[in-house]
Amino acid sequence: MNIVVCVKYVPDATAEQKFESDNTVDRVGVPGLLSELDEYAVEQSLQLKEKNDDPESVQVTALTVGPEQAGDAIRKALQMGADKGVHVIDDAVAGSDAPATSKVLAAAIQKLGDVDVVVCGMASTDGAMSVVPAMLAERLDLPQVTLGSVVESQGDQFRIKRDGDTATEIIGATAPLVLSVTDQSGEARYPSFKGIMAAKKKPLESWSLGDLGVDAGEVGLAAAWTAVEATEARPPRTAGQIVTDEDGSGATALVEFLASKKFI
Amino acid sequence: MSEILVLVDHADGAVKKPTYELLTIAKRLGEPSAVFIGAADKADGVVEAVKKFGAEKVYVVDDTEIKGYLVAPKAEVLQQIATQANPDAILITSSGEGKEIAGRLAIKLESGLITDAVDVQPGPVTTQSVFAGNFTVQAKVTKGTPIITVKPNAAAPEESAGAGAVDKVTPTISDSAKKAQIVASQPREATGRPELTEAAIVVSGGRGTGGNFEPVENFADSLGAAVGASRAAVDSGWKPHAFQIGQTGKTVSPQLYVAAGISGAIQHRAGMQTSKTIVAINKDEEAPIFELVDFGVVGDLHTVLPAATDEVTKRKG
Ligand SMILES: Cc1cc2nc3c(=O)[nH]c(=O)nc-3n(C[C@H](O)[C@H](O)[C@H](O)COP(=O)(O)OP(=O)(O)OC[C@H]3O[C@@H](n4cnc5c(N)ncnc54)[C@H](O)[C@@H]3O)c2cc1C
Ligand SMILES: Nc1ncnc2c1ncn2[C@@H]1O[C@H](COP(=O)(O)O)[C@@H](O)[C@H]1O
Repeated sequence: MNIVVCVKYVPDATAEQKFESDNTVDRVGVPGLLSELDEYAVEQSLQLKEKNDDPESVQVTALTVGPEQAGDAIRKALQMGADKGVHVIDDAVAGSDAPATSKVLAAAIQKLGDVDVVVCGMASTDGAMSVVPAMLAERLDLPQVTLGSVVESQGDQFRIKRDGDTATEIIGATAPLVLSVTDQSGEARYPSFKGIMAAKKKPLESWSLGDLGVDAGEVGLAAAWTAVEATEARPPRTAGQIVTDEDGSGATALVEFLASKKFI
Repeated sequence: MSEILVLVDHADGAVKKPTYELLTIAKRLGEPSAVFIGAADKADGVVEAVKKFGAEKVYVVDDTEIKGYLVAPKAEVLQQIATQANPDAILITSSGEGKEIAGRLAIKLESGLITDAVDVQPGPVTTQSVFAGNFTVQAKVTKGTPIITVKPNAAAPEESAGAGAVDKVTPTISDSAKKAQIVASQPREATGRPELTEAAIVVSGGRGTGGNFEPVENFADSLGAAVGASRAAVDSGWKPHAFQIGQTGKTVSPQLYVAAGISGAIQHRAGMQTSKTIVAINKDEEAPIFELVDFGVVGDLHTVLPAATDEVTKRKG
């Protein structure tokens, strides 16, 4: 079985995030890391491998599309236990929107060939559109079993549990398929010392758009299907009123406040 | 004027409020056309409901053949309607499912997609709130038919009589769209409280509740509010994931948000920062949530909330 796990390098959410002058997300000036939500995808990929009757026959490939620093995301996945890394790196990719990103990812998956399961995170922690997995499924003409909180498989049969807005559902499909998992799917492991050492010897390939047969004119900021016209920092909230509760004064003041705002 | 397609969000024929918001937005942009994919015997009721909010046309698609196959068939239905109607925009609610339908549709129609809009104005120009609500962004679709997923509460639904002309559509669904199947479904238990993303008031509890949500729920009920939770509360098993507010839960934007025993981590803020008025009760005066509040009480939620609940009930008489 061949598993490809799509991992994204994102700006650290706890650091200050900002935009470049062309309204794209600043991905270079801000410290970044493997998206925490994609760690869950790596974890589930590794579990699929470990639970297989013949784990050695399962290959987990970590795939990223992004600038040079995005190699860190791949390295982290390799340290966690992925077998191989593919980094699609090309200046023309900068500023790509979700359709273009999914196009490049799909081309890379096709080049890898013979892929049974594509695993994604539930969303990027920066863009947070949660559409790339669906777009990948569309482009690769595969069924999607997405936003799973529990993943089960037997041979090529997959089932996930999805906690939807109105119901909890069990969704099933036969591989090949696109799977995405939520942060409810189970804690991601930390790389062990052994894992960190082993990762240095694992194969990591760099592919350009040319290697994928994708025309540079079809991706990147200029080819995006949407355009950001303006960005604006949210005005800082004006400091609120803070009271310290003493013998019930807090509740009284709170209710006074709510009444003054007509919530009662 | 050109058509604006609105995908009707409904639970077995009961139209959800965000659909009316989308129709209201559609009216700003052109001529609203609703698309109902559901049981044929529910169509009449849906048509009546959406024409009150300006739907000039209603495309009715009987879902007998595609029910239980997730999002792919719905994207095919919309593709086929859009190819015929050539609309100026397609509006879908920004739920997990809505975004996935939109994602597939964008690739099919080779059209730009904007997700999680909190406002849409003629153009169409969208407003989104990004980076945990720290920035707002104005954006436009530059290719194909603009596909926009819109968050609940992005507009106040306005009634306006539409013709509601019914157009029955029989789409062709490919076999490959039927490969992922819902094998079992367990409807979520009704809480009797307002829907989290639609509620005007939300009261949330975090780790500080220590697992006892009663004070939070009672206070919520006194205000007619929905109940939410932080991830710490969900991970502890105190509330199901459907209650979670934040980056990996729901985003809410109510008139009033009350956070009790919640520290205010960036991932939690991402789901509530755009609330109009924010109130917090926390026993640690250094808790980051206090940076956001309009009103804060430094105190124990287990004493403050019950006292406040009594006071609210008394005032309401
Ligand atoms: C990728 C990722 C995604 C995440 N997504 C989300 C998300 O969607 N939603 C989310 O909420 N979090 C999310 N988190 C987790 C987030 O970082 C925080 O860990 C979480 O929000 C903390 O929840 P809390 O505020 O309830 O708990 P704590 O941070 O432990 O805070 C508890 C607070 O309660 C106060 N308190 C304790 N006892 C009392 C009392 N008796 N009365 C009053 N106050 C009291 C304490 O002073 C403290 O401030 C995510 C994290 C990651 C890494
Ligand atoms: N540039 C990228 N490289 C690799 N995987 C990606 C990239 N962008 C998105 N993904 C995958 O798609 C998922 C959803 O992303 P998004 O639709 O951007 O929220 C992520 O969790 C990743 O698994």
